[in-house]
Amino acid sequence: MKRLIKWFALCLAGFIMLMPLAAFAIEDGYSSTYTYNYDFWGEIRESPDAYRVDQVIYSGTLGLEKAMSKPQSLFARDNELYIVDTGNNRILQVHREGAQYSLARIIDHAEGAEPSGFNSPRDVSVDQHGNMYVADMNNHRVVMMDGNGRFIREFVKPNDATFDEKLSFLPNKICVDSSGRLFVLATNINKGLIKYEPDGTFTGFIGANKVTYSLWDYVWKEFFTTKEQREQQEAFVPTEYENICIDEGGFIYATNTVFSEYDLLYDNAKPIRRINSIGNDILIKNDKYPPIGDLDWVEQSKQDGPSKLRDITVLDNDIYVALDGTRGRLFGYDSQGIMLWAFGTKGNYEGAFTGAVSIEHIGYDLYCLDENDCSVTVFTPTEYGSMIYQASDEYLKGNYDGSAEIWRKVVSLNANYNLAFIGIGRSLMREERFAEAMDYFKMAHDRENYGRAYRYQRKIVIERNIGWVVAVLAVLIFVPMAVKKIMKLKREVGAYEHSGLHG
Amino acid sequence: MSTLDYTADSVASGGRRAWLHRYVETLKYALHVIVRPFDGYWDLVHEKRGSLAAAHTFLFLFLLTYVLKLMCTNFQFISAPIQYINIYERAASLLLPFLILCLSNWAWTTLFDGKGRFSDIYMAMCYALVPYILIQLPLILISHMITVDEGAYYSVLMSFSVIWCVFLAFVGLMEVHDFGPGKTIIFVFMTILGALIIIFLILVFFSLLSDALGFFVSLYREIVFRLY
Repeated sequence: MKRLIKWFALCLAGFIMLMPLAAFAIEDGYSSTYTYNYDFWGEIRESPDAYRVDQVIYSGTLGLEKAMSKPQSLFARDNELYIVDTGNNRILQVHREGAQYSLARIIDHAEGAEPSGFNSPRDVSVDQHGNMYVADMNNHRVVMMDGNGRFIREFVKPNDATFDEKLSFLPNKICVDSSGRLFVLATNINKGLIKYEPDGTFTGFIGANKVTYSLWDYVWKEFFTTKEQREQQEAFVPTEYENICIDEGGFIYATNTVFSEYDLLYDNAKPIRRINSIGNDILIKNDKYPPIGDLDWVEQSKQDGPSKLRDITVLDNDIYVALDGTRGRLFGYDSQGIMLWAFGTKGNYEGAFTGAVSIEHIGYDLYCLDENDCSVTVFTPTEYGSMIYQASDEYLKGNYDGSAEIWRKVVSLNANYNLAFIGIGRSLMREERFAEAMDYFKMAHDRENYGRAYRYQRKIVIERNIGWVVAVLAVLIFVPMAVKKIMKLKREVGAYEHSGLHG
Repeated sequence: MSTLDYTADSVASGGRRAWLHRYVETLKYALHVIVRPFDGYWDLVHEKRGSLAAAHTFLFLFLLTYVLKLMCTNFQFISAPIQYINIYERAASLLLPFLILCLSNWAWTTLFDGKGRFSDIYMAMCYALVPYILIQLPLILISHMITVDEGAYYSVLMSFSVIWCVFLAFVGLMEVHDFGPGKTIIFVFMTILGALIIIFLILVFFSLLSDALGFFVSLYREIVFRLY
């Protein structure tokens, strides 16, 4: 027994010594960083700034006599930026000249409309012909005007059986596609986006949220509650979207802020959607984590819980940027749903927000509207930020080696950037340097690409070594056989001689 | 049989070599148990063809395999965050439930006519871990030779090893206690229930202990505070 214990103790000692030292988690400073990204494990990694604040536009900057009040939305087309000054019932058109922003005009009524003034406008949109659409919420209409502010048409409450007569029509967010179709997100309407043809006729709803409830909710409601209780409870209804925007291809990006945290983690909530013409969500999600904004909901002075994406904008190369109202952050994703960068915080200084509500872009510059500060923060990409864009653009154009060259520069600035490792790996694979490509894919935890590179590498290794492997195998099999045969012969000869001697 | 026929006296007189010989024989016997579990388990316990030393070895190798799997499997097939893994914690999270389940099974079966002693149960369970070691240890190497598209082979073997182990454990319990399959199934559930009760008791014990210690510590502090 004593020996047994001794032996067991020896085993245990061996066990302890054999094991490499357990690596302990290194706590990265969470809150100190302004720009960051998430690594494969969902941990925050500090990153160089992808954007910097170019300037902040206040009422004073524009020389407004009456300061902005509760502005709710931004819209940008070409070099014109439109600010919806909801509290003052007007829309400000700001012209951009280089890095200078000046007030071009104030639009506070539609000439020839009845009533002509706006009552709490919530959103504005301009089509490529210069026609302007205003979501005039408390006048229950969407007004369409030409470039000179003359009234053309209005889109009112649909006179249709599918539309509940009791509800008042409160258009909140709008967008217009290239052929002039209007999509309206209205408060209290949960059947999806209201769609109008260019001539103003209502043609139905698209992209309704699916109703989600669990089996338990259903059982509880059906069997364990009285009729009175049931009336008190909220019905199972689809939720409304928070905001919409339309991309070059006519796909509508919608954000959603009503969901349970549990759904978000398992990608059932889908806070960002890309809705096609028949109302299906076709957003591509090729990352380990779905695009939901922050993955890590660390409590930061009363701001806890998941990101609430208040607005979204789509850049020209299908990169989309979502704005989080919970922590005042911007999240950039590429067309594959991979997070490019995240930055922003709450606060009262440049680059921080107290009540971020809307985001827009001109080129790669981002504009973020703060409803409490009544300001528009202008972000321009840094060298690092523009390199990320250039590299993706070069890749989309088919210039893979040029793209890898830029990704190498990105890696020298941020060694935690997985997308760059994958970009370099792809280029190495094209040059048939599979072993090196494998290293890069491994660093980025990209299993599919690693597998692809490894398959080629394995083939090369096997082809290079098959000769001597076969030779060694042959030697191992045939030499013992030959030896056996010789021994047998020898024995037989010996036996013969032995018998011969005595014979 | 003659090579295995050792009595306590012969082990004592034969010394280290005889012990080593028996140890190796009992290790080898695992290969017989895993392919012919019904006969194998009966002889393991009733004919004394297994040894506790071999059982300890298998348990140790099992934990080692598990830890090596976490640390060394190619990243294509495992997504354990290597930098955050505490191997001792992971090993303990397997070892403790294993021991508690053995204990719980022993507690129930002793009350209900089970033939097995605690050491028999422990030995049978440890021998049931052998397929896990035999399959998963080579799988760590294989994971570096295949791509993620060929992962089906990997996952099939992975599941197969676990199913084999579970089957062996079941047969082991049947043979050790001389139970029928139905009774064994009932006792598997009882064992799980018992394990939960044991964990609960442990938690209650430690929480009471810390409360009691806390009382004396505060008493001491109070006295020190009043006296000075």
